Amino acid sequence: MISFFSNLLSANAELAITIVKIGLLLFIVLTVNAYLTWFERKVVAHMQSRWGPHRTGPHGLLQPLADGVKFLFKEDPTPAGVDKFVYYLAPLMALALALTAIALIPFGPDPIRLFGHDIYLGIAPPDVNIGILALFAITAMSVYGVALAGWSSNSKYPLLGGLRSSAQMISYELAMTMSVVGVLLMAGSFNLKKIIEAQAHHPEWGIAGWNIWPQLLGFFCFFVSAVAETNRVPFDLPEAESELVAGFHTEYASFKFAMFFIAEYTSMITVSCLCTIMFFGGWLSPFPASWTFAHYLPSAILIPFGLWVIWDGLRYETIFGRIILPGIGTAIAGLGAILVFLPGVNLFIQGPFWLLSKILVFLFIYVWMRGTLPRFRYDQLMAFGWKLLLPLSIVNVIATSFIILAKMTWWAK
Amino acid sequence: MTAPLIVFFVLAALAVIGAVSLIFQKHPIHSALSLIVVMIALAGLYLLLGAEFVAAVQIIVYGGAIMVLFVFVIMLLNAGVEEHTSISKMAGPAGLLLVIALAGLVAATIVRSTDSILGTMQTGEMSSPSGVSKTLGISNMIFKDFVYPFELTSFLILVAVLGATVLAQREKS
Repeated sequence: MISFFSNLLSANAELAITIVKIGLLLFIVLTVNAYLTWFERKVVAHMQSRWGPHRTGPHGLLQPLADGVKFLFKEDPTPAGVDKFVYYLAPLMALALALTAIALIPFGPDPIRLFGHDIYLGIAPPDVNIGILALFAITAMSVYGVALAGWSSNSKYPLLGGLRSSAQMISYELAMTMSVVGVLLMAGSFNLKKIIEAQAHHPEWGIAGWNIWPQLLGFFCFFVSAVAETNRVPFDLPEAESELVAGFHTEYASFKFAMFFIAEYTSMITVSCLCTIMFFGGWLSPFPASWTFAHYLPSAILIPFGLWVIWDGLRYETIFGRIILPGIGTAIAGLGAILVFLPGVNLFIQGPFWLLSKILVFLFIYVWMRGTLPRFRYDQLMAFGWKLLLPLSIVNVIATSFIILAKMTWWAK
Repeated sequence: MTAPLIVFFVLAALAVIGAVSLIFQKHPIHSALSLIVVMIALAGLYLLLGAEFVAAVQIIVYGGAIMVLFVFVIMLLNAGVEEHTSISKMAGPAGLLLVIALAGLVAATIVRSTDSILGTMQTGEMSSPSGVSKTLGISNMIFKDFVYPFELTSFLILVAVLGATVLAQREKS
C-alpha cells in the first residue's frame, strides 16, 4: 500500500508538488485575507482617531478568527423566489476566479531545489507566455460573480447593484487593458517574469530603472481602473450602503456573503501584485546591484520587529499575550538571525522580501484611500472612465510606441 | 489514453453540453450562462492546440466583454422566461436536412484532415512555423502581411459604432 503511494508520488512528482503548493498558497492567501480585514479596520480607525478592534486578543488580533467562526455559524437563509442555481453559483464563481488569479503570480525569481525538483514560488510555472493576458481573462470573467448575484437575488437593490457593477466594470476594463500596453511594449512580452527582468536592464540603476518613471501615466490609469474593477472606495457604487442597502450581496448571508468578501480582498491582493510587477520592479531591489549591504535589510527589519512583538506580548496577562505572541516574535527574530548567518538563504529571500513589501505598501494605499476619499457620483464615475482614463491611456500607448520606434531607428546604432 | 486526449474529451463534452443547454434553457440568463461555458471550453481547446494567445483572447473578448454585455442587457431589460410559440410545420423537415448537411460537412472535414489531427494529438500542439512564438506570428500576420484588410475591418467596426451611437441618441427638440 505504502509502496503504491510512493510509486504514484514519484511518477507524478510535478502534480504532487503543485497540489501541495495550491494547498499552501490557499492557506496563506485566506489567512492574509483575514488579517487584511483586521489591518483595514485598524488603519481606518486610527485615521479617524478611534481604536478599532482591541478587545479580542492583544490589538484585536483574534478578531479575524472570531469573524470567521461567526460567518460559519450564522443561519444561512435562502430568500424566496431566487433563481437557486445562479444564486449559489455567483459567490462560488466570484471566489474561484479571484483565487485563480493569484495562482498566476510569480512570487520569486529563483526556484528552491528540494528532493531533486526545482520548486518555483507561485503555482504557475514562471514562464507562462501569456501571463498578463491570462490575468486579464480572469478579471474579465469576474464581473459575472457580482452581476449574477445581483440578478439572481430577485430583489431590487441587488439588481441595481449588479447593473451598476457590470456597467462600471465594462467601462473601466477598457482603460485598464489599454494602460498596460505601454509596459508590454517596453518589455516585449506578456510573460510576467520577462516584464520584471526588463526593468532590471541596467542593474546599477536600481529604482530608476523601473517602469514607473517612463509609464507614470500608464500607472495612474492602471491603478485607478484596477481600483474600480475591484469595487473599492471611491468606486464602490455597486455596494453603496446608503443607497442600495448593501448592493449586490444584500440577499446573501453567512458563508456565501463571506465568499464575496474574501473574493474582494483577494482581488485587492492581485491588483497590488500586478502594480508591483508591472510598474515597481516586482522582486527587484530598489538599490543598485552593487550595494550588497542592502541585502541585510530584511534582517534589520525582522529582528527588531520580532523583539518588539516579544516585548509587546509580555505586557498582556493572557495565554495569547504570554505564550503565542512571544513565540511568534521569537520565530520572526530567529528568521532574521538565520538570514544574517546563511548568505545563501539571505540571497534567496531578497526577491520575495521586496515583492511582499511592495504589495504591502499597495494594500496600505487601498486602505488609505478608503479612509480618505468620498464616493463618486454615478455620472462622475462614467465620465471619469470614458472621458479621462480611456483617452489618457490611448495617448500613453501612442507616445510609448513612438518613443520606442524612435529609439529603434536612431539610437540603436 | 494520454492526458491531453482526456482533457480534450472533457472540454469537447463541456462545449457540446453547453451548446445543447443554450438551446433548451427557458430563461435568457441561463442560455447566456450556457454560452459562456461553450466559450470557455473552446478557449481550453485552443490552449490544448498550443494557441495560448487565441485562447486568452477568446476568454477576454467573448467570455468577458461580449457575454458580459449580453448578461447586462438581459438584466437591464429584466427579460423573463421565454414564451414558446408554435413553430411552423415547414421548420422540421428543412431543419433536419440542414442538420444532416452540416454533420456531413463536419465529418468530411474530419476525414480529410485525420492525419494532421492525429499528429496534433500526439504532440499536444500544432507545429509552429520556424520556431517563432505564436503571439509574434499572429502580430506579424496582422500588422505586416494583412495590414490593409485589418485596418479596413477596424474602420468598418468604427463605422458600426458611430452608427449605433447616432441611432441611440435622443432626438433633439
